[in-house]
Amino acid sequence: MGDMIKMVVVLTVLSAFSGGLLAAIRDNTKEQIEVQQLTFVKGPAIREIFKDAGNDPISDRFKLQYGDEERSFFVGVYDGNPKGVALETYGKGYGGDVGLMVGIDTETDKIIGVSVTTHAETPGLGARAKEDPEFSGQFEGLSLTDTIAVTKDGGQVNSISGATITSRAVANAAQKASDIYKRLKPEIIENAKSIAK
Amino acid sequence: MAKTLVQEFTKGLWNEIPPFRLVLGLCPTLAVTKSVESGIGMGLATTFVLVCSNVLVSLLRNVIPPKVRIACFIIVIATFVTVVELVMQAYAYPLFLTLGIFIPLIVVNCIVLGRSEAFASKNNLIRSTADGLGIGTGFTLSLGALGGVRELLGYGTLLGKDIMPASFEPFSFAIEAPGAFICLGLMLCIMNLIGSK
Repeated sequence: MGDMIKMVVVLTVLSAFSGGLLAAIRDNTKEQIEVQQLTFVKGPAIREIFKDAGNDPISDRFKLQYGDEERSFFVGVYDGNPKGVALETYGKGYGGDVGLMVGIDTETDKIIGVSVTTHAETPGLGARAKEDPEFSGQFEGLSLTDTIAVTKDGGQVNSISGATITSRAVANAAQKASDIYKRLKPEIIENAKSIAK
Repeated sequence: MAKTLVQEFTKGLWNEIPPFRLVLGLCPTLAVTKSVESGIGMGLATTFVLVCSNVLVSLLRNVIPPKVRIACFIIVIATFVTVVELVMQAYAYPLFLTLGIFIPLIVVNCIVLGRSEAFASKNNLIRSTADGLGIGTGFTLSLGALGGVRELLGYGTLLGKDIMPASFEPFSFAIEAPGAFICLGLMLCIMNLIGSK
């Protein structure tokens, strides 16, 4: 019996200590990690989506409140017209959250392009969502009035073979971006205009 | 029987050098040694985890109940791996992108658990530290060397610099997975040849 209690106590104390240490480190590195992700992952993704834009979409950004969260929006200016807006959303993948940067044309309400940012999917299977331009290319020009889903769920996006869960995560993330955009559209357009001036 | 501290350290550099003499931890060895840089990065990350977990396990060796020792070791190791992951994301993001999924997999690296179980849980703090440093340095050197051979054959570069003559045709087989097995096998063979004399 005493043995049992000792086991429980040791494991509990060790786990609690570990949790506390990790929480502290996470809090301290959070901002730095965001900066790094913006430089190395989100930055290239945004530039890829707004490749024809005349401004620097990474510095031209604003934040809006959606639900309890604050979200960043990146603006792409085309010939002086700030019609491109990109935002990042997440879908539940096979190895955790799959981040997706979604660029939207505010004049036509269509997707300009998408690009997978952070993920922990299986190399060679789910990870192809980031590497295969054919997959992400399918999202180009999709209208936000339709529901975005993979063909297995009755949608218009062909899944990557062997990676249905990842494909679904990307489609869900795109749909989430569409929902957020539709809810906040007036504010987004207003903010984008004031940035382009 | 009792080895000196220097011997505890140096055994990791030749007599028990992983993964050649201590044929453990082959998953990261084969997967990330496509270049010197990623090999050494992986080696250093593993070394950090190895030394920290050896230190902590050695300090707690009289407190940890034998029946749940493996669970305790895994908590300790997983904590330090997460620390490495967070710190690497915050300060060495490109390296994190190359190593990706293999950083969290250090948790299940047999070398780390093996040293906790076979050495640190039976030896004092200073000896365990020396053991961790030795094995870690050995692992880093091995991964760097294996990465060097593969990078040289596969890309004709070392640390990203062209060093092969212009007429050299890169032997891309060396950076594929089968090339990893063959390079590892050949290096094992050479080490055994030298050792048997």
